Amino acid sequence: METVTLTIKKTPTLMLEAEAISPDGLAGKSLDQIKALPVHMGREQFTIGEYFDVTGATSATAGETKVVVKGDLSRVKYLGTKMSAGELVIEGNADMYVGAWMSGGKLTAKGSVDGFAGTGMKGGELLIEGNAGNYLGSAYRGDWRGMQAGLIRVKGNVGSDTGYFMNGGEIIIEGNADVHVGTHAEGGKIVIKGNAKSRVGGQMVEGTIILFGTVDVMMPGFKYIGDEEIEVDGQKTVMSAYIGDLGERHRKRKGESVYGKLYLAKAAPADAGASRDARLARAREAKKARFVPVEGTTSA
Amino acid sequence: MAKTVTDVICPFCGTLCDDLEVQVSDDGTKILEVYNACAIGAEKFLHSQAKDRITRPRMQQEDGSYKEVSYDEAVEYTAQMLAKAKKPLMYGWSSTSCEAQSVGHEIAEAVGGVVDNTATVCHGSSLIAIQDVGIPSCTLGEVKNRADLVVFWGCNPSHAHPRHLSRYSIFPRGFFTGKGHKGRKMIVVDPRNTDTMKMADVGLQLEQGRDYELLSALRVAFRGEDLPDVVAGIPKERIYEAAEMMKNARFGVIFFGMGVTQSLGKNHNIDIAIMVTKDLNEFTKFSIIAMRGHYNVTGSGAVLGWQFGFPFATDLSRGFARYNPGETTSNDLLRRDECDAVFVLGSDPGAHFPISSVRKIAHLPSVAVDPHITPTTEISKLHVPVAFVGIEVGGCCYRMDNVPIESRKVVEPPEGMMTDTDFLARVRDRVVELKAQAPVGTQSTAEAQGA
Repeated sequence: METVTLTIKKTPTLMLEAEAISPDGLAGKSLDQIKALPVHMGREQFTIGEYFDVTGATSATAGETKVVVKGDLSRVKYLGTKMSAGELVIEGNADMYVGAWMSGGKLTAKGSVDGFAGTGMKGGELLIEGNAGNYLGSAYRGDWRGMQAGLIRVKGNVGSDTGYFMNGGEIIIEGNADVHVGTHAEGGKIVIKGNAKSRVGGQMVEGTIILFGTVDVMMPGFKYIGDEEIEVDGQKTVMSAYIGDLGERHRKRKGESVYGKLYLAKAAPADAGASRDARLARAREAKKARFVPVEGTTSA
Repeated sequence: MAKTVTDVICPFCGTLCDDLEVQVSDDGTKILEVYNACAIGAEKFLHSQAKDRITRPRMQQEDGSYKEVSYDEAVEYTAQMLAKAKKPLMYGWSSTSCEAQSVGHEIAEAVGGVVDNTATVCHGSSLIAIQDVGIPSCTLGEVKNRADLVVFWGCNPSHAHPRHLSRYSIFPRGFFTGKGHKGRKMIVVDPRNTDTMKMADVGLQLEQGRDYELLSALRVAFRGEDLPDVVAGIPKERIYEAAEMMKNARFGVIFFGMGVTQSLGKNHNIDIAIMVTKDLNEFTKFSIIAMRGHYNVTGSGAVLGWQFGFPFATDLSRGFARYNPGETTSNDLLRRDECDAVFVLGSDPGAHFPISSVRKIAHLPSVAVDPHITPTTEISKLHVPVAFVGIEVGGCCYRMDNVPIESRKVVEPPEGMMTDTDFLARVRDRVVELKAQAPVGTQSTAEAQGA
């Protein structure tokens, strides 16, 4: 496997759109050919050579090519978009659409990435060692077929709308998640090892969400059905299983309705309401403590 | 002796009232009195008569003072700014006619700009939801003639759309609604006890930011499933009661506003409200309508839609239309330093955007086209005053229910003042000239390949 390394030379004034930077885009090209590939900023077109130092070599096929991108890429969009094979390593923070519509290969982002990472993903592996922004592994605007297959693992926290319209594949979040996890999901599996805020599994038709931490507010349409043993990353745990969203349509298979499944840490079932109220009260207290009233105003 | 112009369209809010009567002086230059309009609408007509109205473009100087410039200079400055920019943001469009919007989009296409309208901080989230799940809707005429149950969710028409209740939704007697408000039930959902809620048969005062949970609970209730004891601060009995009322209506309609589109969850709140409407159509006839703000924000979405396929936040920088709220929306472009010039027409981001975004506009080359002096014109390098659409020049406008209504000219604009459409057409022609002199884009690539 040959490795080609791109190091960013200057910070783009606006955002740089560099969809060419992926094993598929660079495989089989000489360094000069790579340097002449287009990148875009606003209506103007530039070349990779104007923004990146390019070293190393590529193989004939994407599957045999490893691309390493170095430097501060927080103003570069579309890295690894639509990659189908090979390997891409981003050694820094990157902007939006990292690994969007990827269908194969392995993409490692060593820093944090902005929104829309893994949008409409069809396969492969996306590893994010920092945090991810909103709409991780979700559908593109207006599409009802979100992430289809593949694996996304985030070591840090994620923004809102994770797994929107998810259809398959797996998202593992080792940190916390913001609101709207697995909204409209019709398949796939989302694991959150940290805490979630609210709206977990809203409008869920099918699929699985496993939440090890706390949830501030449960969706009203989830019903406790008993405890089940599940396995995540080779570890077995007994968790409380819920089905839902009972307010959403559900298919029938073999005469039985199929529901989305939500697994919560075991403490919850008997006193779900009480523990939720306690969590809410704690959250409110924390919010109040942060709020310092301005002199001369009265709070309602 | 004054003459009265009847059937005047009110160019203020999305209700687009079409029954105004305006008394004008015999020579047709002055508005003397406005009848039938609400306080806000009447004020807009009368404000066009202000003595201190700006009638010529003005350029901000180094020291913050203004210098009057000619329209020719204003056209040249605007065209140069747009033609030079790599990714100009062209924002606003909601308080002007569809004709002007269309010319503006031609400019955006020529310069590779991003066209965004006020939906971006308003009902843009509704448009995202509509794209995701569709919308079962109807016109306000149908509401007037048929609706016997009206839900106001996160909106306060008593203040924001003052004549909505009397013209369309609650009070009018229609074909099948001869009893007027006596034959209508009214449900209001809002965290505050608003003046609209005070009129309601059922007022659900929910916890702020829990609309999604409450809408989801209604869907659970429609399906006869069990609910937790309390959802969003509302006891389950009241949710079941509201659900029964909605199911038993003959013709129901949900109106929703900023309370759901711009609170936690945004498009998801509208998404699930649309699904509530869809669910209700299993039992009865139900519709849902967005309470659009500006009088022609709906038209801006319609014109952008038929020209480029997207209703707002349309990025034309690469020569084809792209759309992704969160990336191509005005505040995201400003926040992320992703645009290098700002052109505002028919809107006031200076008053409505977060201050961090407003500061960004102040530091960029900027032009504001607006009949009034606004916070936006005060931070822009160039302010171009124009004639009022719907008062001094006619044009097509879309009501909140997507009904196009032709607005009327009532009085003459001040001597020598340009209209939006004229000004934009001249900027467009000049931009096309400038672009013909220096071909777009590929310059640097050609250099790189030559080297």
